[in-house]
Amino acid sequence: MVEQVRKLLEKRVESPEGLESLRQAIVAKRDPQRTCISVCGGTACRASGAEAVVDTFLDEIERRELQVKVSLKETGCHGFCERGPLVVIEPKKIFYQQVKPEDVEEIIDETIVAGRIVERLLYVDPTTSETITYEPDVPFYKKQTRNIFGANGTIDPTNIEDYIAVGGYSALAKALFQMTPEKIVDEVKKSGLRGRGGGGFPTGRKWQSCREAKSKVKYVICNADEGDPGAYQDRSLLEGNPHIILEGMIIGARAIGSHQGYIYVRNEYPLAVRHARIAIEQAEDYGLLGKNILGSGFDFNITINKGGGAFVCGESSALMASLEGKIGEPKAKYVHMSEKGLWDSPSLLNNVKTWANVPLIINKGAEWYSQLGTAGSKGTMIFSLVGNITNTGLVEVAMGITLREMIFDIGGGIPDGKKFKAVQTGGPSGGCIPEKYLDTPVDFDELTKLGSMMGSGGMIVMDEDTCMVDVARYFIEFLKGESCGKCTPCREGINRMSQILSNITRGKGKPQDLDTLQDLAEVLSAGALCALGQTAANPVLSTIRYFKDEYLAHIEKKKCPAGVCRELVRFSIDPEKCEGCLRCIKECPTGAVSGEKRQAHTINQDMCISCGACYDVCKFKAVIKR
Amino acid sequence: MEVTLDFTRVKAIVEDYTEKVDSLIDSYADKKEQIISLLQDIQAEFNYLPQDVLVKISQKLDIPLSQVFSVATFFRAFSLKPRGRHLVTVCLGTACHVKGGQRLVDKVERDYGIKPGETTEDMRFTLEAVNCLGCCALGPVVVVDGKYESKMTLDKLNRVLKKYK
Repeated sequence: MVEQVRKLLEKRVESPEGLESLRQAIVAKRDPQRTCISVCGGTACRASGAEAVVDTFLDEIERRELQVKVSLKETGCHGFCERGPLVVIEPKKIFYQQVKPEDVEEIIDETIVAGRIVERLLYVDPTTSETITYEPDVPFYKKQTRNIFGANGTIDPTNIEDYIAVGGYSALAKALFQMTPEKIVDEVKKSGLRGRGGGGFPTGRKWQSCREAKSKVKYVICNADEGDPGAYQDRSLLEGNPHIILEGMIIGARAIGSHQGYIYVRNEYPLAVRHARIAIEQAEDYGLLGKNILGSGFDFNITINKGGGAFVCGESSALMASLEGKIGEPKAKYVHMSEKGLWDSPSLLNNVKTWANVPLIINKGAEWYSQLGTAGSKGTMIFSLVGNITNTGLVEVAMGITLREMIFDIGGGIPDGKKFKAVQTGGPSGGCIPEKYLDTPVDFDELTKLGSMMGSGGMIVMDEDTCMVDVARYFIEFLKGESCGKCTPCREGINRMSQILSNITRGKGKPQDLDTLQDLAEVLSAGALCALGQTAANPVLSTIRYFKDEYLAHIEKKKCPAGVCRELVRFSIDPEKCEGCLRCIKECPTGAVSGEKRQAHTINQDMCISCGACYDVCKFKAVIKR
Repeated sequence: MEVTLDFTRVKAIVEDYTEKVDSLIDSYADKKEQIISLLQDIQAEFNYLPQDVLVKISQKLDIPLSQVFSVATFFRAFSLKPRGRHLVTVCLGTACHVKGGQRLVDKVERDYGIKPGETTEDMRFTLEAVNCLGCCALGPVVVVDGKYESKMTLDKLNRVLKKYK
């Protein structure tokens, strides 16, 4: 016991100078030229089998007694999730993708021992067929500006020393010892940082009103209740670099005078919860969190709260209600949360990505920060580029990059020779943007002008096989399930929209439906209590605005041009292509498909329920949908 | 057929259960506001929220039963019904949706007769549809008992589910 306490005391850093000498000591004991195998341990790579790869590496290293020569590190998400599990050999940054446990022996033999490259594990750019050896040369990373996300791929999130080695917590030291709280707020204001959670509210203004609010007790909250379907950058950041978020929160607490913080994180993100917990413990051990931080006399604690899986809890007042142990119902916003929030005390709530920007602004200054980006949106934004796109993953770019650059240069375009149809941004509150606006620069205001929004940074690419009416129905259906039911416009309006849209997708649409949808949209945006309802109609309005002909095809011709809406699609079998493998007969739930082995099968249209099972299982593309 | 019940064993299970629940609830005595976490712990233990435990929480922590119930029914993560031996979670986030996630839900419905939120009669599977698991690059994603299965097809789903008895 005594021994443990003594060890803890030794770890504690008591001053900014102490932090700097600790950093130097960490850097000195590390050899930058030493070979290090870094395996991506993000959720996506783990889902693809990264843990087995790590275990095999550890076994092999031990078996061959290579511990002196090489080290192994499990890092956070690198972003190129499509190609996981990713293995990067430092210091040269040799980039191996889709690595399996069977490949480990060869990597050790060839690369670690003999210093050669294993060609077959390298990434081949699908557009140029060029083989790429080193991580920074991969086109997916080249056009990115990885200011915040960059460290994710190099540090072990469960080891605070990795974060300190790259200059971690130096912004905190600066904020505590060289800046007054007013100066911190000022710097954030001058940087032009806007909230990365969706609304894009100027962060500095929020901080100022919270600082000016008179109260003995104030709270700092990190919103990690990332509920947007199709967005996962908050999780990857919290998983891969939890300390950058803690550092941002402590600086925010100092600025407004708060001593208690909360991280509200989704229960579906167990790894993020675990890493955040470890980070909090380690920061406390090092005297960077808790009592008398860095010997400054400032106290601040952080508690983790797991959410219950409700999309509406991403809304600030609903999130705070949930923190109080109540159901997540939003409140009317005539009183700002920064004045009267959690337990009626002034509360400063920011998104994960917003907090992660703070150490950067404090360290490098508002002037440096505001050089990047557009007039109204400064800095970088992390997007999750997903859907029907060649290079799927997380992308950090400077604000102002065009949609086309993102989708075609970084994302590598649409796979399988299909055509681009739309890109959906901003999650269920956003909209679908068609091809003719692809040269729009990406920032808060430009996306809003197009009837969409920045949101939390989800960017879902859709190809020609996507039905836009079905997409609108999908989002409305999502919001119907997630509406808390407190206010009538949202509870009833979304429900009605969902009925109309599902009728349209079933071929039961009426000519006046589009007008009714637009009327309902107006009521929602004027009358709903919170942003969930106010923006709920965006996916519907934007698809009507840009893809009206698809709606008309469903309503007037009873056809789904993309062949998605099952009840408007007829399935048949092309006898030329059918090999007679019996696979579809086995899968058909109603026995509508018949035929002999090695002879073309047929579908009995009277029995067919258009479930599409035959289409999905056919290996010869012999099932035609019309 | 004669059935003999080992009463000492049954009693032990019940006592064990009460003791565990009591100590769990007691550990939240001074942080009543964290009822969501408490319910998550209870659900992790029993894989659903037994009604008598909700009553117990209300009594022990002095929270109105209506509030305990409202929280337990508001959040998607909680189930008031016992769930099957294996939890099949199909992701229906936007990325998985455009890659055909709904077809996987339809298939489980066709093959096992359960809709999202339902459990097979033999308690083998509970089907759950979630909004996004954040593995959008691997979609469509299905998670069975915590194990992620990526880039799912109908054939692959067949093979995967057969492994769980």
